[in-house]
Amino acid sequence: MVTQVTSFSRSGLSDWLIQRLTSVILLAYFICLAGILLGGVDYSAWKAMHDTTAMRIFTLLAAMSLAAHAWIGLWAVYTDYLTERMLGPRGHVIRRFCQLGTVLALVIYLLWVIQILWG
Amino acid sequence: MLQVSIYRYNPEVDNAPHMQEFEFDTEGKDLMVLDVLEAIKAGHDSSVTYRRSCREGVCGSDGLNINGKNGLACITPLSETVKNDKLVVRPLPGLPVIRDLVVDMSLFYAQYEKIQPFLKNNSPAPAIERLQSPEDRSQLDGLYECILCACCSTSCPSFWWNPDRFIGPAGLLQAYRFLADTRDTATDERLSKLDDPFSVFRCHGIQNCVNVCPKGLNPTKAIGHIRTMLLNRAT
Repeated sequence: MVTQVTSFSRSGLSDWLIQRLTSVILLAYFICLAGILLGGVDYSAWKAMHDTTAMRIFTLLAAMSLAAHAWIGLWAVYTDYLTERMLGPRGHVIRRFCQLGTVLALVIYLLWVIQILWG
Repeated sequence: MLQVSIYRYNPEVDNAPHMQEFEFDTEGKDLMVLDVLEAIKAGHDSSVTYRRSCREGVCGSDGLNINGKNGLACITPLSETVKNDKLVVRPLPGLPVIRDLVVDMSLFYAQYEKIQPFLKNNSPAPAIERLQSPEDRSQLDGLYECILCACCSTSCPSFWWNPDRFIGPAGLLQAYRFLADTRDTATDERLSKLDDPFSVFRCHGIQNCVNVCPKGLNPTKAIGHIRTMLLNRAT
């Protein structure tokens, strides 16, 4: 069995399941937003909607789903293409650098969403 | 006149691989690609190197990349693959080339070995044989027919990028062949070895394997069954 410390859950099955569940949550969130936007909404109504606890939780859930989904997807891309096999001896270094950058970006993004929602 | 372009590489004399062009008269016959290779080897250049054995799609020796698609040279007719009188023959992609069209299949076999392709049963062996009902036996249809030609695994980008960690469609088809076998009692042990991010889950379901399998098998479906078994076991 291939062990990996940088994969999201360290289990292929969990990663696979999480990626599918998060995609469903994201799909539901964006369909919800698209429906509201297409129905016509002004700033005050838009703000009032996002001030409700339910919408805040839904938005946070979508942001967390996006972060998990992005990490699992990008981790697969990095471990496919940014490897010693593809890039030579520096492959591992480049991959870890990209993984670190991605994790930082996703954590910052998530904290920023929380600040916007409850700040 | 058929324009045949063959990948040539002899590591003892060549610095880099190159394509060699041949002109071949099919005399209007719809030959198999292997027939063309045999004729070129016999009549044009005896140094052209490739594997072949049964010449009827049973042994799986002559898996090649033919006009961009993997297949067995012995059962691929020119009418199926040639357009504009051009035939381009390359070795199977993703594996190290030993010479010309012959690849080193060690990585492919190493993945096959990982799935332990033999029946495991801890109960005492019966006097004659382990019987199986026709219904249980039918579960192996579409799985046991694999001839390990490697056309599927070498058409899979996930196998190209991680041939040491992703088992690949051929190995996974055989993994499911033993998971589906009612006589095998090592299901849990087999599944435990597959639950990592690479062995099974590097398959993204693009179905190149299904597209090229010369035996018409469906490794993607078998991989789906393995995923379902892993999911059922874990939830």
